[in-house]
Amino acid sequence: MNAHPALAARQHPVVQVSNLVRSFGRGPNILDGLDLTIRAGEFVALLGRSGSGKSTLLRTLAGLDTAPAGTVTVPAERAVVFQEPRLIPWKRVWANVALGLRTPDARERAIAALSEVGLSHRLEAWPLTLSGGEAQRAALARALVREPKLLLLDEPFAALDALTRLKTQGLVASLWRAHRPAVLLVTHDVDEALLLADRVLVLDQGRIGFDLHVNLERPRHHAQPAFATLRSRLLRELGVEEENPEEPVEELRAPTRSRAPAASSRRLEDAVWSASADALARS
Amino acid sequence: MSAAVASTPAASTGSDRWLRYRRYLPPLLIVVLWQIAASAGLIPTRTLASPAMIAGTFAELISSGELPRHLLVSLGRVTTGLGIGVVVGTTFALIAGLSRRGEDLLDATLQMLRTLPFLALVPLFILWFGIGETPKIALVALGTMFPIYLTLFAGIRGVDAKLIEAGGTLGLSRREQVFHIVLPGALPSALVGLRYALGVAWLSLVVAEQINADSGIGFLVMTARDFLRTDIILVGLIVYAILGLSADQIVRVLERQVLAWRPSFLKD
Ligand SMILES: Nc1ncnc2c1ncn2[C@@H]1O[C@H](COP(=O)(O)OP(=O)(O)OP(=O)(O)O)[C@@H](O)[C@H]1O
Ligand SMILES: [Mg+2]
Repeated sequence: MNAHPALAARQHPVVQVSNLVRSFGRGPNILDGLDLTIRAGEFVALLGRSGSGKSTLLRTLAGLDTAPAGTVTVPAERAVVFQEPRLIPWKRVWANVALGLRTPDARERAIAALSEVGLSHRLEAWPLTLSGGEAQRAALARALVREPKLLLLDEPFAALDALTRLKTQGLVASLWRAHRPAVLLVTHDVDEALLLADRVLVLDQGRIGFDLHVNLERPRHHAQPAFATLRSRLLRELGVEEENPEEPVEELRAPTRSRAPAASSRRLEDAVWSASADALARS
Repeated sequence: MSAAVASTPAASTGSDRWLRYRRYLPPLLIVVLWQIAASAGLIPTRTLASPAMIAGTFAELISSGELPRHLLVSLGRVTTGLGIGVVVGTTFALIAGLSRRGEDLLDATLQMLRTLPFLALVPLFILWFGIGETPKIALVALGTMFPIYLTLFAGIRGVDAKLIEAGGTLGLSRREQVFHIVLPGALPSALVGLRYALGVAWLSLVVAEQINADSGIGFLVMTARDFLRTDIILVGLIVYAILGLSADQIVRVLERQVLAWRPSFLKD
């Protein structure tokens, strides 16, 4: 079922952050008066240049980092998938997924979650024998089995090869459709953000500098003209100039201060990835 | 080239077996040469008993019950001392490894004591504990405690912080994180320490039993020296070697069981 933005807007907020400030040591404020609201079931992608504080924000929402100033409201039911799978090597795959579940049917729930991510044949495997993609899927199962209201994903696909990455993105999309947690996905990949998210945020100078509602029908497709428009607007926002810029579009910039262009050429490479992503949108 | 490719499985297992046993040939050859030299009168028995004599003495000592008796005494000292050393070393490592305050309390002291050659404490131990069983067991316990403490402490502190963090996000309490993540993660290191401790245990026992004892393998060897019985001395050495090897083997089997998740064991 498609989440209509108007419908999403009526949902109650599950994450409310206001005036969040965080610095490390005597350094500058990495997060500097950040405000953020995520509604129930909303899929939010977070972009930003390397070192802009994306992981810091995600760790704060996960309760792994306490900020000195600001208020943070998050649901107790939340789960994290990190860039590395972080499976416990000495526990079988199913036991990793069941870890921390306190119901008597923990094993059954773990097995069900693993079959949902297509790993029912690897239940008894040792984590170190899994491929990178399988390990990341097991980590997804471990997060989803907790039935989180908020799912935090910190570049979970970054270490995967292009094809596995597409498949895993498709998997995340369908799991989100089935379970409807609110999702915060940290990514460097503009296309990934546009394919998956209801809203794309850009973190810049310690605040959400740009908040883009993606009003595209799902499943989404690279060939959609609206997709290309949003994509070039987002790239421009990240400071990446395209070869053939589309005609200027009215910008949905958050009413904050002006920002310096902030993107490396690295992200351009990330952004201009293979058109085979279309396959994902169709799946 | 093509012959190697075409070799049948049977042929390859045959050569595998040959490769496995081939390494035992040189020591066997040495024993044979040794026996020949002894029989020809080239090596006086006073210097070194012949292999045949050693074998004979071995059988005699076993059938008379003398060797089993001394062996049991030595084994008792090693296991008691090792047991105490492992318990104390583990306790200290847990206290120092799992809390900053515990580290401040214990680590500096233990690191300082560790640099002391513990066998140099023998005179003090005799003064403190007399000449009974206590100083022998205490020496083994002291010698084995340090490798256990050091490796377990290092293992606990070396556990990947990212795994502990992941455990936290899964809702594990601190106690559960220690139980599910920290201790199993420290186990590979601790088992290396256990193997090392076993070596130290035998070493301490040899020293302890030769100083003042009326039983044990070390006592057997020391009395044999007084009667110039090189055959008995060599039997004692062989027993030490067998005990050392079997202890190491036991730890290896243990490692295979509890570290089955490690890639090095996953291959087979
Ligand atoms: N524990 C820490 N101690 C000191 N500085 C830190 C710590 N954690 C993060 N920082 C600094 O805070 C800044 C933001 O880090 P963060 O990991 O949030 O960036 P990011 O946006 O996730 O970057 P990337 O895209 O490369 O993952 C960086 O400059 C980093 O060096
Ligand atoms: Mg990061």
